[in-house]
Amino acid sequence: MQRQENNPIAHLTAEDIEAIGRELDAIRDEVIAVRGERDAAYIRRVIKVQRSLEMGSRAVLLFSLFPPAWIVGTAGLSVAKILENMEIGHNILHGQYDFMRDPKIHSTTWEWDMATPANQWQHSHNEVHHKYTNVVGKDNDLGYGIMRVDENQRWHPFFLAQPLWNFINACFFEYGIAAYDLELGRNLKTKKRRRNPVFRANLKAVGRKIGKQALKDYVIHPALSGPSFLHTIAANFTANVIRNIWSHSVIMCGHFPNGVSTFERTSIKDETRGEWYLRQMLGSANISGSKLMHIMTGNLSHQIEHHLFPDLPASRYAEVAVKVRALFEKYDLPYVTGPFPKQVASAWAKVIRLSLPNRKPTPDADNSIPPRRPVAEPVTA
Amino acid sequence: MPVTQTLRNGAWRVVELITTPVVPTDYLDVIAPLRNPNVLRARVEAVHRETANAVTLELRPGRGWQPHEAGQYVRLGVDVDGIRLWRSYSVSSAAGQRSGRISVTVNAVADGVVSSYLLANARRGMIVNLDLPAGDFVVPARRPAKSLFVTAGSGITPVMGILRSTLHELPDVVVVHSARTGEDVVFGAELRALAAAGKLTLIERHTGADGRLKPADLDELVPDLFERETWACGPGEMLDALADHWSEAGAAERLHVERFRPTVLVAGDGGSVTFERSGAEVEAPAGVSILDAGEAAGQLMPSGCRMGICFKCVLPMRQGIVRDMRDGQITSAVEGDNVLIQTCISAAAGPCHLDA
Ligand code: FES
Repeated sequence: MQRQENNPIAHLTAEDIEAIGRELDAIRDEVIAVRGERDAAYIRRVIKVQRSLEMGSRAVLLFSLFPPAWIVGTAGLSVAKILENMEIGHNILHGQYDFMRDPKIHSTTWEWDMATPANQWQHSHNEVHHKYTNVVGKDNDLGYGIMRVDENQRWHPFFLAQPLWNFINACFFEYGIAAYDLELGRNLKTKKRRRNPVFRANLKAVGRKIGKQALKDYVIHPALSGPSFLHTIAANFTANVIRNIWSHSVIMCGHFPNGVSTFERTSIKDETRGEWYLRQMLGSANISGSKLMHIMTGNLSHQIEHHLFPDLPASRYAEVAVKVRALFEKYDLPYVTGPFPKQVASAWAKVIRLSLPNRKPTPDADNSIPPRRPVAEPVTA
Repeated sequence: MPVTQTLRNGAWRVVELITTPVVPTDYLDVIAPLRNPNVLRARVEAVHRETANAVTLELRPGRGWQPHEAGQYVRLGVDVDGIRLWRSYSVSSAAGQRSGRISVTVNAVADGVVSSYLLANARRGMIVNLDLPAGDFVVPARRPAKSLFVTAGSGITPVMGILRSTLHELPDVVVVHSARTGEDVVFGAELRALAAAGKLTLIERHTGADGRLKPADLDELVPDLFERETWACGPGEMLDALADHWSEAGAAERLHVERFRPTVLVAGDGGSVTFERSGAEVEAPAGVSILDAGEAAGQLMPSGCRMGICFKCVLPMRQGIVRDMRDGQITSAVEGDNVLIQTCISAAAGPCHLDA
């Protein structure tokens, strides 16, 4: 089932869908064939710039007693943290640079400046979210389990406050993500779940991670700045909040804006590779903008391309996007994109709209994916 | 001094917190890549061309290096087109150099990705990754009275390291070396000078003109052949033939060989997959992922999405060759490589050994 007023794929046949899959595979192969030196040099350069920026900003913050130093240092640190999370951490943890075989820049060894430990995030993000993109009930990224994001979800007075939750979640996003990766709500509910050794170990790992990160930002660096102690705390707190709001906004733009589809659990049973691709195409939205914008979003501004090819180096998405967009046009599919303010507003509008009860969507709209007929063998096992 | 030691450790822990989640050396690497004791690297200090096909790289190993013994080899990790590839090269410099430098001599081999890359691109200042020296192709501390070195092509490299280190302690040395022509003899000038000075007996064989050296030829060239402690290095067939010859003569224990080219892996369809820790072995046909094949055989396998996007199924391949089932890309590993592969989208393309 395709939850849209007008089913955007009503005109496609099962063969079309498999053909789309093959064309997308071909686009992927083209990138794999040229992936190499340039991509390795790119990620090394970004890491170098990020580390220099972070070191420089933290050095400036040693004198954050002086307002100009506070402003410069906080701005620099915010940018450094954003780069670290988005263009570096997110992408390396997706295995995009595993091909380099550099153990220092590898999805199995990378750790990031975030409350959630890399491997827990990899589970809930890479495995659950990317596999079950926008499947209601399977993909917890839809509303993070605390929001109503679909007309068909039952309304509850609790949701009246969801704009507020969403704002708080934005400010403390990294902790929200940590709680989300832990499935905190679900795991705290029953005694049995609370006692589960895996959950306990994960909880401990998060505690340790948060402890270290907090010690760094709120004790050690402030202590090093001596008389600027309190100012440095404030600067680090501000940088963390800015980074959190920024990444939250970018991520909201990825799957929430108007025009993005959500899917029924039943629709992914025996899903073929073509259908999986199609779901990624319809379930994601892009942000248009400058090169700087793409870098600062970790190229998640190319969310559609990222969801189609999560393991390709992110800096390739811009060139891939041209071909992907042509494919959307060829098959007459909605390529959801727009400038940042518009997409953020659209996502927020949805959060606010769905905080209120709505009439049930007209049940007689034909929302079904074309009847499934057996198609050629799926490409992957 | 336990107190200063404790203080130092404490201070270091604070420094680590300053840079968490990465370690301080990750920052230092940017300015001083050789200082990192956990990642052994070397800087190329000079590049000398030996022949049309061979270059010598003078390397300054960074912290963590342990001096080699003459005749040993090192593994160099070189980034070729963005991918780190490791290859073994014999150390050709004398052991125990005061400067701490070592040199390796790289011979471009046909379709050798790394050797041709180094031949064309090695420059002063380049940083390469390094492993500690290894190998037992060494002369024992009790030096033999008579010794013989049989080498072909780049097989002279480890022997040159031995000669440069220990020649003055070896009373009677014969070197039989074959190369295509006189110009192709790596270290030709140096060897000939040593021979002219009476330090060793050099027998050059130019295969272009005289044909390949057969073990039987040695009986003539070196009359007291089996009285000599012998070290041989060169192509596999030559070493096999020599080994046969020596064991027929009942002198097998006097022959020490060094094989410098690992077997070349050619991608086929399917293969046996060995899980080295559990000892399980399964036949994995083409078109079946290693993940599925392993699970079918009862091997405990890490997994997640099973479609190549989550990277939770990654396992180290100690040696072997696999094919990406999505795009056909081939990945191979030789002993020591430990290449990480995604088992859910990789099919065996030959025998594979996994560290699991
Ligand atoms: S199981 Fe997810 S990449 Fe292999």
